[in-house]
Amino acid sequence: MLVTTSVNNREYTRDVEPRILLVHFLRDELGLTGTHWGCDTSNCGTCVVLMDGEPVKSCTMLAATAEGHEILTVEGLEVDGELDPVQQGFTEMHGLQCGFCTPGMMLTARALLDRNPNPTDAEIREAISGQICRCTGYATIVRSIRWAADRADRAAS
Amino acid sequence: MSANGDRPIGFGSLRRKEDPRFIRGQGRFVDDVYIPGMLHGAVLRSPVAHGRIVSIDPSAALQHPKVHTVITGWDLEARGLAWMRTISDDSQAVLATDKVRFQGQEVAFVIADDRYSARDALELIDVEYELLPVVVDPRGALDSDAPLIRDDKPGQTNNRIFDWESGDRAATDRVFEDADVVVEQDLVFPRSHPAPMETCGAVAQFDDVSGKLTVWCTTQAPHAHRTVYALLTGLPEHKIRVISPDVGGGFGNKVPVYPGYLCAIIGAIDTGRPVKWAEDRSENLMSTAFARDYAMRGAIAATSAGRILAVRVDVIADHGAFNATAQPTNYPAGFFHVFTGSYDIKAAHCHVTGVYTNKAPGGVAYACSFRIAEAVYLVERLVDCLAYELAVDAAELRLANLISPDQFPYECKTGWVYDSGDYERTLRKALEIADYGALRREQADKRARGELMGIGVGFFTEAVGAGPRKQMDILGLGMNDGAALRVYPTGKAQLSISVQTQGQGHETTFAQIVAEELGIPPEDIDVVHGDTDVTPYGLGTYGSRSTPVSGAATALVARKVRERARIVAAAMLEASPDDLEWEKGRWMVKGDPEKGATIQEIAMAARGSVELPAGVETGLDAETVYDPPNLTFPYGAYICVVEIDPGTAKVRITRFVAVDDCGTRINPMIIEGQVHGGLTDGVGIALMEQIAFDADGNCLGGSLMDYLIPTALEVPDWETGFTVTPSPHHPIGAKGIGESATVGSPPTIVNAVCDALRPFGVRHVDMPCTPSRVWHAMRGST
Repeated sequence: MLVTTSVNNREYTRDVEPRILLVHFLRDELGLTGTHWGCDTSNCGTCVVLMDGEPVKSCTMLAATAEGHEILTVEGLEVDGELDPVQQGFTEMHGLQCGFCTPGMMLTARALLDRNPNPTDAEIREAISGQICRCTGYATIVRSIRWAADRADRAAS
Repeated sequence: MSANGDRPIGFGSLRRKEDPRFIRGQGRFVDDVYIPGMLHGAVLRSPVAHGRIVSIDPSAALQHPKVHTVITGWDLEARGLAWMRTISDDSQAVLATDKVRFQGQEVAFVIADDRYSARDALELIDVEYELLPVVVDPRGALDSDAPLIRDDKPGQTNNRIFDWESGDRAATDRVFEDADVVVEQDLVFPRSHPAPMETCGAVAQFDDVSGKLTVWCTTQAPHAHRTVYALLTGLPEHKIRVISPDVGGGFGNKVPVYPGYLCAIIGAIDTGRPVKWAEDRSENLMSTAFARDYAMRGAIAATSAGRILAVRVDVIADHGAFNATAQPTNYPAGFFHVFTGSYDIKAAHCHVTGVYTNKAPGGVAYACSFRIAEAVYLVERLVDCLAYELAVDAAELRLANLISPDQFPYECKTGWVYDSGDYERTLRKALEIADYGALRREQADKRARGELMGIGVGFFTEAVGAGPRKQMDILGLGMNDGAALRVYPTGKAQLSISVQTQGQGHETTFAQIVAEELGIPPEDIDVVHGDTDVTPYGLGTYGSRSTPVSGAATALVARKVRERARIVAAAMLEASPDDLEWEKGRWMVKGDPEKGATIQEIAMAARGSVELPAGVETGLDAETVYDPPNLTFPYGAYICVVEIDPGTAKVRITRFVAVDDCGTRINPMIIEGQVHGGLTDGVGIALMEQIAFDADGNCLGGSLMDYLIPTALEVPDWETGFTVTPSPHHPIGAKGIGESATVGSPPTIVNAVCDALRPFGVRHVDMPCTPSRVWHAMRGST
């Protein structure tokens, strides 16, 4: 079947099997390999992308159901050579080690900050609690997202 | 910025050089490798834990329009490829031919156009099994009437793999007989799984003109894998290139050679097309290297005044259906015999029996430093059990028994020689950060109100950086590692190393070692790793060995370059090499600091026409291999505070203080990250994670719905501190740090849980301390 969806502000149409998962559509069909696959059960969140600004787990969603929606992947976070503050925060505060969970974590962080520009640490932990990082122990991820929030704060004032 | 600021030339909290690609989604993991014409493989796995294969019929799968081939164990048997040698020198089925011996064992390999079709075809393969009785309980494995699992091995008449002991049994028994106090405790370190976020996988490509095989695979030890692939397939080693690109976490899970890798290789040779195999999460949890699974019967002897005298332990080690544990050859129980821990005691003895069961193979993984996690858990729980029986404070008991600084180098009763330490200072620092006295007062108040608060104290000594070649090898390969350094004419450099990162940040820290030694800024140094065609030979990254071994090689190769630079500088400055002195980044004439040459100027001159003494080669490039004289012995003191909900028995960690000593600190930011990650592993192991089996050998932890890993909500904001006691034999004084926290935290957490349950008369709760277990412990039931 033909699936048309907007990914990172660009429209793509591909002829795929109806059963293809969004994560495989992004990776295998569009070559956007920044979205990872880590479990079959919606537990790990390495596959998180934003659909219309909300985090979704692309391993448990058919590509066909993304039709007509706006998908944002990690590859779309940097705009015109300028990194998203979340991306900068992860580097500044050592929010990543192996880098495998990082795209999903950053996208969830972006959605959180769009909704709640100045979250508490508890709200940050709650927001990323549907995702697993095996390397960092989360504290530096919380600091990374806090860094991004503080920076946006400064930019606004 | 000044040195050791944000952009240090040398040691300091430098931001990672790896990060720019990962934050843009430009990392390149194995599953990100796409090659034109690439096919996809999938493994058919056994649904039963023990069964004889009656028939395998792949005909329906072969009819599938997108299937290229199906490989069975019988196909491999005809080519002598059905069995492979494990890294513990046992045999393991690549694809089963006679029996299946654990649920999830590899039975057939399908190669199809795409990953979905390969999965579809698995359903079309018809395998008939004749069910056999199953061995699940490791103690029952040694019963005389237990079913024989490894009937494929000539001479194997029972399920015993090895018996191994260390220490002096007779001397230990004598100390126990004369001791005032003896405390015995059964402890189970349950089977857990490293579960890196990236599962295992491979892409194999075979060029039948050149005969060159290229394998991209999730390996922590690319060079060792190349040698193993050569030995297993018969392909010449120089025609095999192993590339371990970005690796999404290893933790020991990616040390072994898995059947899927070999199937991808054989499939690529058979089909003439590149073949990708990427396992799913259930396959990862059910079939790849698990960790721990030690059933320990421990005992500690002491005087009534609280002087620890001896420790002894009997262990049943469950190795699963094939002995595929990654240990140095002479150490079937790894470095478990460092279980005397951080205490100065008179005698020690351990006896370990390894057994086969109908479970997945493996046995060392998950950041345990070759079973030191088990050893530290044993001794630290025993010390707390002793504190319980003597009714003394757990911190005071430790302070009274720690090895003192003047005893180093310290030879423990099982033969390890600890290189350096100042244990009391580190423990006192942890007590100070935690404000231990105040915590105990808070606890007394809470107990008076019926609240359950526990304070756990733990101390650990690790032995990492395997290892000296005369003692330590894997499959006959000495555990040494190399480094090669090229300095280009413009003063930029490339360091290639035999270890590789799975998140530890080698591209940053190894550049910092060169920067510290040569004064070349880290951004001018490219660190190459994970590709056997362009890096020197070595055994890879696991057991916290990268910094102790390859880090040492890196410092030494940089010093070789520095000495070469001295000769070149002497020629440039028309001085004698003996008259030059080094300041970071520059050779200069003693007493005439104006007269000097920077390393960049020297690099250009070394390739230029400056006249060099006879025998001195052009350029500054150098290579070295490091054979460590001893392991390094990092250590730490941890304090954990928990609260237990009396209604639900759920354990919540409210504080965790970790003070680590890993000697010289290359990048404090990265060290803190390593510690945080290890502490989180410890929370999972102590409270949540277990690969359990039912009586039929069905794996009960085969998905992340069942195998629970900590999220951001289960862990506190870590409080870390450090002391610095350099290793005297390491070139820069550094010790490994990657696994310290994973080793040190589980007993500290369990100590806290048991401390909280003291009002109930509970001395011990086995891990994982789930609400159900804690609930039963509170009620004196199991």
